[in-house]
Amino acid sequence: MLEECTVAEALKLLGKKEISALELTEAALHRVEAVDERIKAFVTVTRNEALATAALVDAKRLSGEEMPPLAGIPMALKDNMCTKGVLTTCSSKILDNFKPPYDATVVELLRDAGTVLLGKTNLDEFAMGSSTENSALFTTRNPWDVERVPGGSSGGSAAAVAADEVCFALGSDTGGSIRQPAAFCGVVGLKPTYGRVSRYGLIAFASSLDQIGPFTKDIWDCALVMNAIAGYDSRDTTSVPLASPDYTAQLLGGVKGLRIGVPKEYFAAGIDRDVRNAVQKALNVLVALGAEAEEISLPHTDYGIPVYYLIAPAEASSNLARYDGVQYGYRAEADNLLEMYKKTRSQGFGSEVKRRIMLGTYALSSGYYDAYYLKALKVRTLIKQDFDEAFKKFDLILTPTAPSTAFPVGTVEDPLTMYLNDICTIPVNLAGLPALSMPCGFVNNLPVGLQLIGKPFAEATILQAAYAYEQHSGLAKKKPVLSGKGVPKDE
Amino acid sequence: MKLTGKEVAHVASLARLAMSEDETEKFTSQLNAILEFADKLNLLETKDILPTAHVLPLKNVFREDRICPGLERKEALLNAPEEEEGMFRVPRVIE
Repeated sequence: MLEECTVAEALKLLGKKEISALELTEAALHRVEAVDERIKAFVTVTRNEALATAALVDAKRLSGEEMPPLAGIPMALKDNMCTKGVLTTCSSKILDNFKPPYDATVVELLRDAGTVLLGKTNLDEFAMGSSTENSALFTTRNPWDVERVPGGSSGGSAAAVAADEVCFALGSDTGGSIRQPAAFCGVVGLKPTYGRVSRYGLIAFASSLDQIGPFTKDIWDCALVMNAIAGYDSRDTTSVPLASPDYTAQLLGGVKGLRIGVPKEYFAAGIDRDVRNAVQKALNVLVALGAEAEEISLPHTDYGIPVYYLIAPAEASSNLARYDGVQYGYRAEADNLLEMYKKTRSQGFGSEVKRRIMLGTYALSSGYYDAYYLKALKVRTLIKQDFDEAFKKFDLILTPTAPSTAFPVGTVEDPLTMYLNDICTIPVNLAGLPALSMPCGFVNNLPVGLQLIGKPFAEATILQAAYAYEQHSGLAKKKPVLSGKGVPKDE
Repeated sequence: MKLTGKEVAHVASLARLAMSEDETEKFTSQLNAILEFADKLNLLETKDILPTAHVLPLKNVFREDRICPGLERKEALLNAPEEEEGMFRVPRVIE
């Protein structure tokens, strides 16, 4: 069926004129109609715009014009990326009527590449969460089991790709928000090196950690999407002026002689045994294919979560100060300005966002700055040095992506317990490294994620190893069965 | 307890958040739990460690000061909750 196509397969069919872009977009829209009531991946479906864009692509194709690399491919964007004139809510009440007057750089790039925007996907409010349960709108469901969460915060994008609603999607990753939902939904998710993909137009959460990246059905597609979105952008001052390679060029290189470090701290007691076993098996495959593996230690791993939950809220408390009801978004009625600020923010933000603003404000406040924020920045240095040291000897680091498979909706209520979900992904953001999650097995029919971490700007090496493993595992072809029943219980 | 209810109320005020008593109580216990968890960091000696605010070796980033089109006033006001005469309207500030 057409909606099951990968990007590469769809491009082939389009190239041979066996299908039109309109047919492809219609197939995706039909799929959304058929399954999204159960999956709830989309906040907004841009049906008419999508059909018009696809028709335009077809018209160009007919006239024999040279086509851009991803012409006619339907895709979705996490709803924290600005799309001109299209609702961009961050799944928050405070932005529920916000239509940006400009496009994010990645949106421009994907348009130039010829893609068809099908809609915007659900997230934990302002990307703060690991399950989409913090969305002010609704909870997205895991296509492998609709009683379970898709992971987060980019849960909508992960679920949309896993359920074949789009060929690919973009998400953002501050502490694992691409990789953890990719693991839970059994798709490929890449967080590029900090500075590799422009953050211009990405609604800021924690600016020293945020990075945009793709969700795809396989590794080849991940390389194709990276080709479209990676690169320097003068509008993002933390964008790195470095030429980006053709990410497909190295894919067939194999893993012979590749040195893989396996940090023992990531296989410790907090990680489910079944997850550890699946990841160990994947490592065995890579070794059988010619890679060299060795156990290593990243001794400051355990400090990742406390460091992150001081730094990210501190940056968020500053970034989210802009939501004051003056220029855009929700405004509460009040008699004076201060009251308006307070009412607007209290009514507009959900609990988790308030909790992090409070935590960050406290960690930055006079008298506590040194004890919390500065201390966290120093330990961040130690975490980064662990990786620097390891990468002197190794090309890749291999770990699980998440400590468990997808958990049932509504079962993790304590914020601190939820934070522990990010234990394997957070250190990577703190060090600014690229890392990918891909399926490496199943436990009780739920996908397990394998994480491959690379040196700065060495996404191509990650993709090369991932491609070799994927060819061997065949797991990219395994799809969830979305049965007719199973409408979520609670609604 | 690191944080009292009174301190939480003060932080809320700094963050421009209004909070009910119930909420203040809930946040006090949750924030204390998170801060106690963060105490783990004090196990590490960091006197001689430099802080990492971000990972890139970038210092100041400059660009040419070129004139280029910005956001038009009309577009900037499209999302305004209230506008008047081409400006954002807010409740009275000066009594």
